[in-house]
Amino acid sequence: MNSMTSDGYITADGRQIGGKLMELKNITLRFGGVVAIKDISFDIRQGEIRAIIGPNGAGKSSMLNVVSGFYHPQEGEVWFKGQRRQPMKPHQVAGLGVARTFQNIALFDGMSVLDNIMTGRLKKMKAGFLSQAIWWGKAEREENENRAAVERIIDFLEIQNIRKTPVGRLPYGLKKRVELARALAAEPQLLLLDEPMAGMNVEEKEDMSRFILDVNDEFGTTICLIEHDMGVVMDLSDRVVVMDYGRKIGDGTPDEVRNNQQVIDAYLGVAHE
Amino acid sequence: MDQLIFASEVMLNGLMTGVMYALVALGFVLIFKASGVFNYAQGVLALFAALTLVGIQNGQVPFAHLINAAFGTSLHHFGWTVPSILAVALTALVMVGLAFLIEKLVLQHLVGQEPIILFMATIGLAYFLEGLGDVMWGADIKTLDVGLPQGISESIESVTDSWFGYGYFIDRLDIWATVIAALLVAALVAFAQYTKQGRAMRAVADDHQAALSVGISLRFIWVMVWSIAGFVALVAGIMWGTKSGVQFSLSLIALKALPVLMLGGFTSIPGAIVGGLIIGVGEKLFEFAIGPMVGGATENWFAYVLALLFLVFRPQGLFGERIIERV
Repeated sequence: MNSMTSDGYITADGRQIGGKLMELKNITLRFGGVVAIKDISFDIRQGEIRAIIGPNGAGKSSMLNVVSGFYHPQEGEVWFKGQRRQPMKPHQVAGLGVARTFQNIALFDGMSVLDNIMTGRLKKMKAGFLSQAIWWGKAEREENENRAAVERIIDFLEIQNIRKTPVGRLPYGLKKRVELARALAAEPQLLLLDEPMAGMNVEEKEDMSRFILDVNDEFGTTICLIEHDMGVVMDLSDRVVVMDYGRKIGDGTPDEVRNNQQVIDAYLGVAHE
Repeated sequence: MDQLIFASEVMLNGLMTGVMYALVALGFVLIFKASGVFNYAQGVLALFAALTLVGIQNGQVPFAHLINAAFGTSLHHFGWTVPSILAVALTALVMVGLAFLIEKLVLQHLVGQEPIILFMATIGLAYFLEGLGDVMWGADIKTLDVGLPQGISESIESVTDSWFGYGYFIDRLDIWATVIAALLVAALVAFAQYTKQGRAMRAVADDHQAALSVGISLRFIWVMVWSIAGFVALVAGIMWGTKSGVQFSLSLIALKALPVLMLGGFTSIPGAIVGGLIIGVGEKLFEFAIGPMVGGATENWFAYVLALLFLVFRPQGLFGERIIERV
């Protein structure tokens, strides 16, 4: 990553990474007296896979919630596509092209896999309330087009055989995959994954890693993920932010981070005087 | 044989009463599905809608008593009458406005609270709306007439008379209520299943966070759902108001919706219909068959006893979602 410039850089595996898609400047987030995030700055670049790692309670999920608009930091600025983003509601952030998954899967249990993924395309459907209500020409065409797009994602994530199944009946690993499908259905510019592999077995982790890489490769989607499993993170990501106790203690390529003394201390523990 | 024919007439009447119950229950189900709130105010919503409709139709001045008391004027009517269709449309608009205000003033501040707190809020809302209806339109009993046909249907009477030698007594209002309710239900089901707003509504019902993350505005959905519930309340208010006058007791029809919901399940639109029909037919037939033996008036309690039995043996209702807790 020696050739890092404001326009981008070339990754270890030779992919061209673009300019800053999102930039967080001096973010501080407090809950009452508790400081969850303290003065953190980092950027996410067009086309890269960016990871946020850190021990439990480091503030990783809080950080992701700031990016997706679920939390509003008391201090700092969020820049998206070169513009400062005013504080907005999560559904407005989603409208800007930011999709996410949750640490504790948040799917619509009563709805089928297909319907769940279709909700991801709500922002793509523009037909008005009335024409929807009476299923008029445009609304019908739109529904069919979006249905086709969703079918492509279903094929891509290899979940054809469960598309009519109510999500509530699926095993954990598949739920995670459906959640990813729903996020992808929005064709996001920035995809946020909160512990996409938590609680999975080795095989499921391998599948999920492959999907994440494929998404980035085929759709060019910029991905920011949080993960506990160090091995997975180091294999997947282009650059890594390391957090500990709400602060940023490292930022760089997996190799740089691995050799960072502060990071090693945070993960392995260090004897205090 | 005579008994059988008579029983079939009772059953038919029961079915149509059941449709009226279902209309009220439908309002509950809609709001419960979309926001997990048991809306205690649904019955009062129907009363308020009916009061507003009559008021607009007769050109009443809203808040007349209040204005008169404050300014020493003696207003009561504008002196015009509004055609029924227009009055219904205006009332529907008022209900949408009300939905907007409810979201803005009450629900918005209770996002993420326990269901019991939202339930309490709707109890408060019920009393507030009841008072508001009184202050706005006066507490006197009003007759509601939007031009729906009423009275015995002669054609059915003569047809059944020629078939069985006995003329059925069927109120034309009940037939109209059935047709309108059927149309309303079909429209609602289609809306929930096949439109993007319907899908968004179901999504919100399932998980707020996830709904936000795919770009659904909770506020929009809530206003929409309460508007629809307000509209359903308006239809129920028109039917019940035409039948038995617009007065405070109209809001008590909500109590009849409770056993309907326990039977049909709180989350199922078809459940509300089937539950309504079962209660309607059940209570009429029970009164017909058993009533004379126990001194009558079984209609007052039959529905609740049936609901109790359901609570014991099938708490989720006929169509409700089964509650499975993983441990």
